[in-house]
Amino acid sequence: MKESIKKPVLAVGPFHPLQEEMEFFQLTVDGEIVTDIDVRISYNHRGIEKISETLQFDQVPYLVSRICGICSASHPLAYVQAVEEIAGITPPERALYVRTIINELERIHSHMLWVGLAGHFIGYDTVFMWAWKYREPVLDLLEEITGNRNNYGNVKIGGCREDVPNEIIGKMLKELDALEKKTDMLTKAVLDDPVLHARLKGVGILSYEDAVKYAVTGPTARGSGVAIDVRRDDPYAAYADLDWNVITQPEGDVFAKAVVRLLEVFESIKIIRQAAKKLPDGPIAVEVKEIPAGEAVGHTEAPRGETFHYVRSDGGNRPVRHKVRAPSFVNVPSFKASCIGEEIPDVTITLAAVDPCYSCTERLAVIDENNKIVHDYETLLKLSREKTAKMKKEML
Amino acid sequence: MSWKIWSLKKSPWVFHVNVGACNNCDIEIVNCLTPKFDIERFGMKLVGSPRHADALLVTGVGTRQAVVRLREVYRQTSKPCVVFIIGACACGTGIFHNGYHVAGPVDKVIKEVDPNAIIAYVPGCPPKPEAIISGVVKALSAI
Ligand code: SF4
Repeated sequence: MKESIKKPVLAVGPFHPLQEEMEFFQLTVDGEIVTDIDVRISYNHRGIEKISETLQFDQVPYLVSRICGICSASHPLAYVQAVEEIAGITPPERALYVRTIINELERIHSHMLWVGLAGHFIGYDTVFMWAWKYREPVLDLLEEITGNRNNYGNVKIGGCREDVPNEIIGKMLKELDALEKKTDMLTKAVLDDPVLHARLKGVGILSYEDAVKYAVTGPTARGSGVAIDVRRDDPYAAYADLDWNVITQPEGDVFAKAVVRLLEVFESIKIIRQAAKKLPDGPIAVEVKEIPAGEAVGHTEAPRGETFHYVRSDGGNRPVRHKVRAPSFVNVPSFKASCIGEEIPDVTITLAAVDPCYSCTERLAVIDENNKIVHDYETLLKLSREKTAKMKKEML
Repeated sequence: MSWKIWSLKKSPWVFHVNVGACNNCDIEIVNCLTPKFDIERFGMKLVGSPRHADALLVTGVGTRQAVVRLREVYRQTSKPCVVFIIGACACGTGIFHNGYHVAGPVDKVIKEVDPNAIIAYVPGCPPKPEAIISGVVKALSAI
């Protein structure tokens, strides 16, 4: 009987001022406390995997950099690594360093972006304005190197499209010095601020066990004490030659995730400095003749976690299958563990804490008018058996 | 010039509609509010409801799920309003033109609801904040 009592549901979305993207949260509430959460996505589904099969191998990086604007260096890199594995190509040394620099610049601007938005969500607009102001020089650097503030599309199969010119390196290091000072100030301001402590500590806790159970990645996992990082665990580009640390925090609350992201900015600055110093001379790309048949996966550590691309080739000039799994796809379900039991005002920041990005996560399920998914495993099996039965009858 | 148009041009409040964008156009829009560009000093402001808005900033390709909501948002916006279509995706679906889930481009969808809608285009992938600001200024001085 008790189940039949309707519980109040708070609907947030699909267009709401909280996040830029469309997503739809249904919060089941009991007074102020959230007792259940349902996330509806797929408003942003564009069918990228299918479009990718219509493009040639060398065109796909420009498509996958548009999966998500903020991870527009990690997605193409993961794809390119998969294709390079199929074809057995080793990119030149300098290209690997250039890839590292671009990816770390991206991580800095993405983490700064998140810190700003987090400040905005809890009504602390000073942090928002500061963080976004400090992020601008990084975008200018990226524009100078690759030609675009976002969506750089700088990797290609066999190397890189644009080099980091030696003239820019001095300027880049100067900008990074300035950025380090500002981030230091921002970090101290955040870590010492009693308001932020009160607002973020102990909120939206994702325990170590839950983090492992939901298989979350990136800063979401590292904020819960799970030390995973593709850059260290399966080094790609030039990460194996560089010296840096994986930042973890044991608490699992929103504050821990903020600390992880802020400290990672310093690590990224460290990586770029070393990469700029070690940057070898030489070409930035090798010529690619053809992609043989085969399949491979490539993965990179995007600012939000592990990005995973699977590519299959049949020896033609287009991928026959291209599968993308972005980090938010595993991070978003962890809302079930972190939001339930929270107050409604705290849910906002908890939802934002994993830095969800829906444009890369969207999947599609076909639903008929009775709200049933048309083709799941069972129905397919049933359809298949029915067809056999029908054919049998016809044959008799 | 009717008084409605006259009042539309002063300190436009905008509502941001993402109908299947990759986030970059959206971030560049938010970037316009931050200290480097700071359009709030001209009285422009992002608002949380289309009913308060003088202008819609639409980004993204217009996926099948989203265009239904976009029509609804356009109906809810107080008229007269200007629709700014921001980014290559929104202007002509861009690189996603042959996607099976793409129902755009956005101007087609808006014109289905209101054939006389005032539409301004800001191309680019993503357009720089300067381009967005200049697009808004040009469009507002043209009407
Ligand atoms: S126009 Fe470019 S930046 Fe804007 S949403 Fe489309 S792909 Fe992203």
